[in-house]
Formats: sequence, C-alpha cells, structure tokens
Amino acid sequence: MSSKEITSDLSVIDRLWKSFASVKLTIVLLLTLAATSIIGTLIPQNEAPMDYLETFGAFLYRIFSLLGLFDMYHSWWFRALILLLVVNIVVCSIDRLQATWKIIFVRHPRFNLARYRQFKNRTEYNHDGAADQLIALYEPVVARRYRYHRTIETAEGFAIYGERGRWTRLGVYVVHFSVVLLLIGGLIGSIFGFDGFVNIAEGESARAIQLRNSSEKFQLGFEIRCDDFNVVFYDTGAPKEFRSSLTILKQGKAVMQKDIIVNDPLQYEGISFFQSSYGSLPPNEVILNFTSATTGMVYSKKAAINAPIVIPEDLGTFMLQRYTRQADFRGHNIGEAFIGVLTPLNGSAVEITLPLKFPSFDKMRKGKMFVAIADFVPRYYTGLQVSRDPGVWVVYSGFILMIIGIYLTFFMSHQQICIDIVRHGKKSRIGVSGTSNKHKLGMHKKVTKLSERLAGLINKE
Amino acid sequence: MNSSFVLSIITFVYGLAGFLYIFGWVFKKPTAGQLATWVAVVGWIGNTAGIIMRWVESYRMGIGHAPFSNLYESLVFFAWTISLIYLVIERKASNRTIGAFTMPIAFLAMAYASLKSGITPEIQPLIPALKSNWLIAHVITCFIGYAAFATAFGISAMYLIKQGRDEEKTAWLNFAKPLTLFVFVLLFSRVLLVGNWAMSVIIALPICLVFYIIVFFASRMPAEIKRRLLVMFPEPAILDELGYQMTLFGFLFLSVGIISGAVWANSAWGRYWGWDPKETWSLITWFVYATLLHARLMRGWRGRRIAYLSLVGFAAVLFTYFGVNLLPGLHSYGNLGQ
Repeated sequence: MSSKEITSDLSVIDRLWKSFASVKLTIVLLLTLAATSIIGTLIPQNEAPMDYLETFGAFLYRIFSLLGLFDMYHSWWFRALILLLVVNIVVCSIDRLQATWKIIFVRHPRFNLARYRQFKNRTEYNHDGAADQLIALYEPVVARRYRYHRTIETAEGFAIYGERGRWTRLGVYVVHFSVVLLLIGGLIGSIFGFDGFVNIAEGESARAIQLRNSSEKFQLGFEIRCDDFNVVFYDTGAPKEFRSSLTILKQGKAVMQKDIIVNDPLQYEGISFFQSSYGSLPPNEVILNFTSATTGMVYSKKAAINAPIVIPEDLGTFMLQRYTRQADFRGHNIGEAFIGVLTPLNGSAVEITLPLKFPSFDKMRKGKMFVAIADFVPRYYTGLQVSRDPGVWVVYSGFILMIIGIYLTFFMSHQQICIDIVRHGKKSRIGVSGTSNKHKLGMHKKVTKLSERLAGLINKE
Repeated sequence: MNSSFVLSIITFVYGLAGFLYIFGWVFKKPTAGQLATWVAVVGWIGNTAGIIMRWVESYRMGIGHAPFSNLYESLVFFAWTISLIYLVIERKASNRTIGAFTMPIAFLAMAYASLKSGITPEIQPLIPALKSNWLIAHVITCFIGYAAFATAFGISAMYLIKQGRDEEKTAWLNFAKPLTLFVFVLLFSRVLLVGNWAMSVIIALPICLVFYIIVFFASRMPAEIKRRLLVMFPEPAILDELGYQMTLFGFLFLSVGIISGAVWANSAWGRYWGWDPKETWSLITWFVYATLLHARLMRGWRGRRIAYLSLVGFAAVLFTYFGVNLLPGLHSYGNLGQ
C-alpha cells in the first residue's frame, strides 16, 4: 500500500468521525426517534397476523409488515436509529472530552486577569486604606466559598482567584455514558436473557416455559409447582389480590416455597416468576344428582371424566365425556357445560348436556330421570410471567448514573471568581467579577452578593 | 365536609386567582395582583388540605393508600404542583403577570377533574398492580416533571406574545402554522373532551377561530395599548431563561419519573421496558426536551425556536398524560371512566 492511499483512508475516517461528532445529527436523530416512535403506539404491536390483515387489508398489511411496523421497536431500521444515536453520543463525547479533560485535570488552572476585567457583572468600589491589608481580610472569605483559591501579584496590585465545581463539567459525559450503559444492558438482556410465560393449574407443576414471540420452549432445569391460587375481590368487584403459592422442586424435593402476588415475584437461580394472569379450569370432579322421575328419589354421585357411574333403580350408566366452555342449545350459547352420555339398560345411548349455570336444564329431556350438576369445586390456573435478565444491573447502574449526571450537568456549574485589587497610592480600588459555565444570571447575582459582602467587611473596620 | 367538596371549592379559588392575575395585568392594578397572590396561596393550602384529607379518608374506609392512584387524584396533584412552582417563581422573579399564564392551567386541571364526566372523585381501592412502594415515588416525580413543563409552556407562550408575530419569509409556514394549531386542538378535544372525531372538529374549529380573531385584534391594537400590556411582562431574556430553567427542572424529574417507572415495571411485570404506549410516549416527550436542551446548549438556539420546541414538548406531555387513554396498554388505571 502506498502512503497516498493511507492518507486518503485516514481522511475518510476523519470525515466520518466529523459527521458523527455533529450535534446537528443528534438533533435530527432525536426528533426522528420521537416521530417514528409514535407509529408503534398507534398500531398495536405483536398481535396475530390475521387481526392485522382484517384491520388494514392485504395491501397495507404487506407494506406495514415489510417495514416491520407490527414489531417496530425491534425492526432493523429502528434499531439502526438507536445504534446511530449511541455512536453519535460516543463520538461527540470523545471528541469534546479531550478539551474538557484539560480544563478539569490541571494542578494550577490558568488565570487571565484581563478576562475578568471585561465581564459585565464586574462591580467596583473604593477603599480608603492600603491594598495589602485586604489580603488577610478577603482570602478567608474566598477560601470558605471556593475550594481552589490563590492570590496572585498583578502589575497594579494583586488578585484573589477562586473556583469550584471544575469536575461538574464531567456531568454531561456521565449522562452520555449512562445511555451507553442502558444500551449495553439491553443487549445483554436480549442475548443472555429470556422472556416467557407459563400457565400452571392448581396442584400441577411445570418444567418448561413458553418463550414469548417464539414457538420454542425453555427448559427451566427445575420444576415449579402451583400449590394454590386465590383471587380476592373488593366489594366493588375490582380485584384486590392475586396470590399463587409456588414451590420449587429439584429432583422431586421441595427447595423453596413462596406465595407471590403482583409486585412481589419469586426468584430462583436468576429466573423470576411474576404473577401475571389467571384463569378458571374445568372442575376435575363434579357432584351429580340423578333424580328419578318415577320414584322422585335423588341420588348424589361423584363423577369424573370417563369414569362410568351405575345409576340406581336400574336406570343404566352415565359417563362424563368432556367439558366445553361454550355449549350450544338451539343456536344459543348457554356457557360452560359438561357433555355426558347416558346409556339405559335397554335402549340406545343419549348425549346429555349439563350446563353449570342451569342445573335443571336436563329436565326438559323428559327422560326417566334427569341429571343435574349439584356442586363442583372451581379450579384455577395461575399465569406466570417468567424472565431472566442478566443485563438488569447494568441498566440500573445506567439509571443511577443518568440521574446523577443530569443533576451535575444542569444544576451544578464550574464557577470562577476574581477579586481584583488595584493600588491607587494609599487608597485602593476593588473590582469583583466572576463567570460560570452555566447559569450566567445566577452567577451575576452571586457576584453582586459577594461584592456587597466584601465591601461590607471594610466598612465594619 | 369531605375532600372532594374541599377540592371542588379549590377549583373556584384557583379560577379566582387566575382571573385576578389576568385582571391585575390587563388593567394594571397592582392591588388585584397582590390579592391574586393571596388567593393563590389560600388555594394552594386548601389543595394541600384536600390531598391530606383524602389520604386520611381512604384509611378510614379501610382501603388506605396515597391519593395518587387514578386520574382524578393525579389531576389534583398536578394542579397542586403547578401552583407551588408558580408561587416560588413569583417570589423569585417578582413578577405577577406570569400568574396570568400559569394559574389558569392549575384551574383548568382542577375544573377538568371536577366536571368531566367519567372522572370519578370517589376514593377507589388499589388494584393489585398499583400496590407497590414505587407508586408514590413514580407518580410524584412524573407530576413534578409535568407541572414544570406546564409552567415552561406558560412562560414560552408569554415569550412568543412579548416578541410579537414574526413575519414568515417562507410562504408555506403561513399555512402550516394554523394547520398545526388546528390539528393539535382537534387531537386534544378528541382526547380530553368528546368521544368522537366529528364532535372534535365542531369544538376545534371555533377554538382556532377565536385564537386567530384574538391574534388579529392584537395585531390591530394601537401601539400604545400593546406596549402598556407587554411592559408588564418580564424582559424577553428573563422569560427565555426562566422557561429554560423550568425545562431543566422538568427534564430532571421526567427522567427520574421514567426511571422509577421502569424499576417498578421490572418488579411487577418482569421487564423494565416494554414499549407500552405510555412508556413510549414518555420517552417521546423525553426525546423532545432532550432535543431542546441540545439545541440550546450546543447549537446556541435561543428565544422563539426554543419557545416553539417548549410548546411541542408540552403537547407531548399532554398526550403522554391523557392521549394514551385512547391507545391500548397497561396504564389503563389512569383512564377515563375509572
């Protein structure tokens, strides 16, 4: 490779660096992110393709799905925008940090008297005494307010220079670094973590969970059992508490037991289980009442699916076949029901519907006896959100740094003041001025206050 | 006497304070201004009392919780924070015309809470998702942020009024501005006032019309009157700086609010960020104000442009607060009808 090629190579990198170090780019990226983020709040995200097709029609559906708008916050272009912003932040920070570094990490900050004489906030007053006696008077005042201070001989007298908060100039880099941490934490989470859910019926257990937005299952490496689920309601009907009693089992042995509620998850081996939903399940067992039409006798029997029951009075056998959420009766939905088969001793089998809500429904059949569900114990399953996110601590550090950084950047400043004392024969003239890298108006007030205090000190004597 | 009654009286007290501030400004009556300050202070004390009473009442009902759990309570706290921030500014800036532009916002928040159908002032028990220590931290920080942005909005509006109409050199901006105004007003009447778009148009059109009639008459106003009205405003540089300070304050609290919400979400749902519409909109708001800060600090934007960005930012705040109720998501407990 010739040397010419190397220099042109460098200039490409240089140009790239320069364009990424631009705050214009930052502004464009921030506004683009703000504007595009709106889309995902208007189009519900991650729903079934059929729902989208129905809402938007085939043409729009294809365009939207090509642009990834149905999961837009994970689409390639949105990720690219975020990546661009982070690169922009990093380059900008490095580009400017060098200059800031030189200001912050110096043993003796530069002091330029001429600069302080030009400040608009400079206030001046006279003193009838000699200039030199003011050093002892003023030095402690400055020392109390400004961490760094020194007294300098000048051509016409001397100057007391003080400054503080030099390091607060780092605040903006802390904020920018925190944004990078958030991205890294998010990446760690999406690479090494997972997010899924599992529904466990009361009394049952699960070894694997369903991963979200994927057809795959994840093996937990242990077993989680739902011992009990309870939902409590207020008088108003609003839910008060969802509570699942969970047990973690390893090789069949219980190693951990905890009741979880919303806002109080269970954690085991870095995996967290959150109370997320619940639902009712068909009862395992029901109590059936068989009422004989001839004798009027009522026989109560426990029944389970596929377990035949012999009905007294030689009325035949009955067997529960299945449960359905929506039973149909002449085109009407009559809700949850069991479907059973009655086989009389002589005669053909009849299918019988037993709705949970209407116990005397089977009377309408006008058979030799009618079957009704007398009682059942409702059964629930608990819906658990399951996740592991090893990146969360990186993200949390980012959060803390961001708050500290924003406070440093916007609410603290690097302040410098100068008390300029000029000899005029036996008298002296004092000028107080100062500057700050932020809040110029506030600094103005501070300078005025300081000069009033300093002038007051002389009058006291 | 219960808290809802106290708070509905406070609505009128804030209304009166706002009216007195405007009266004192337009007719140059310093006594009206001083009275306005006292009325505002009384209103704020009553507002505080109302919030505390509500807190106590909830414990008496046996469902004790901090009064930050639904739309009504958040609006009451929003008004409380705006009045507090304003009263502090009034003391610091020693100028009462700002009150004419910020106290009405507190009044509107309270009036909306009291009058809008579907917002119930009844104390409701906490649903499981809200039973967390994060509730107080999250709601308080968010609403301090929102209130600071509301104040910045009022101050930015004052800045734009003080500077007068800028002659647009580009013709399309003359059309774009009224159109933007109409779209925003339309959107917010849909979100805040009525349930369908047709009614929103019927409401939005006269509002925009009235706005432009005021602008028209303001531009035809004799120079002497105009000068007299505007001389009471703080200097443009001070308005600019005040608005900026409020934005900084709001930005800090919005950031803490979003972060506390993220930490809470992680303990309740197992993820710190889920692109739920409310989360996304709070981030959009954060992006807008981050833009404002970068433009000001790094590109030297001042005055008008910053004031316009501040208006856009507050529109995003309002949408985060109310608009999300139209969209599907997990923050439904902030909804109307709850």
